Amino acid sequence: MPEASYLAALLAIVFAIDLALRAAPFAALRTLRESDLVERLALWMPVGILAILAASTLRGSMGADPGTAVVALAAVAVTAVVHLRAGRRTLLSVGAGTLVYVLLVNVDAAAAISGALRGFA
Amino acid sequence: MDGNIGNRVARLSCEHRRMGVAVETEEAVTRRGEIAAGLRDSLAAGLGMFPLGAAFGMLVVQAGLPWWLAPALSFTAYAGSLELLLVSMIAGAVPLATVALTTFLVNFRHVFYAFSFPLRVVRNRLAKAYSVYALTDEAYAITAASPGRWTAWRLLSMQAALQLYWVGGGLAGTAVASLLPGPIEGLEFALCALFVTLTLDAARSRAQVPSLLLAGLSFTVAILAVPDAALFAALVLFVALLMVRYALGARRAREGVDA
Repeated sequence: MPEASYLAALLAIVFAIDLALRAAPFAALRTLRESDLVERLALWMPVGILAILAASTLRGSMGADPGTAVVALAAVAVTAVVHLRAGRRTLLSVGAGTLVYVLLVNVDAAAAISGALRGFA
Repeated sequence: MDGNIGNRVARLSCEHRRMGVAVETEEAVTRRGEIAAGLRDSLAAGLGMFPLGAAFGMLVVQAGLPWWLAPALSFTAYAGSLELLLVSMIAGAVPLATVALTTFLVNFRHVFYAFSFPLRVVRNRLAKAYSVYALTDEAYAITAASPGRWTAWRLLSMQAALQLYWVGGGLAGTAVASLLPGPIEGLEFALCALFVTLTLDAARSRAQVPSLLLAGLSFTVAILAVPDAALFAALVLFVALLMVRYALGARRAREGVDA
């Protein structure tokens, strides 16, 4: 186990940097509130950042082997279809997509699909 | 006569108090409604954050670190991806300067969240400080997908609930780490699903298409050029492209005026 002083210093450093990164932009933006550029960015950024977060977590869920990648893409498709067809109830869409992913990953469908893909190739 | 006046004063003050009570209950009712709405907003994210937090708690114990490091990191770092990284860094006794640089780079993305996070609805200074401190990817994403409906109580209850799921998940993970071989595989997909639904919610008008295309371009370039820091690179590139878009738009507007 690492020394207590190391852990204490580490926690303090992480806390300070983290909070500064979250707080500084608010302080900076207060002086730029009238800026046309800031106004536009506030309008343009959210959808793009959400899409990048979605793509980044999807990349993590796809894993290294092609079977898991197919499972992740299928689960994303289920999430999107349920969300658009069943009235945009986030909990329902997230639950459905996650259920599909967990089931397929755990019943080793990943291996079956990658086997099938190999069969095709 | 004195008694009469006294009675009247008593009656008046009684009425006054009743009015006060009425106002107060009305406030309490709206407040309860806002808190309930905030908790509802948090639920889908909790579906992903609790299991991921549990996985993080298990990792802490399995890395041979003391269990209290899980909640300690969840209160100081409070950013899932960074906390997972920190566990392996602490286990390897990495120099503090490296920890500082990693923290800065991994969490730099939070800089961009201030542009549209509805912090202005929070008046109380302490509450404001908490809201900034608890500005995570998930909290940002939930507000970004549905702007314009936030009140202080709704925003804060949503953020506090998210932290509760995360810290609670971490504690649960440390508690069961010695009993279970591992968490249920794949539950962390809920976060991906959450971001997918929130993107769909934010992309309802055609005006959002250029931003979506630029984001897609940024992410593609990022995974090809810097696969190990794709999220960070994609966000920086995306913001840079939006600046170019703004500059081009401004120039076109100027030329339009000149012509």
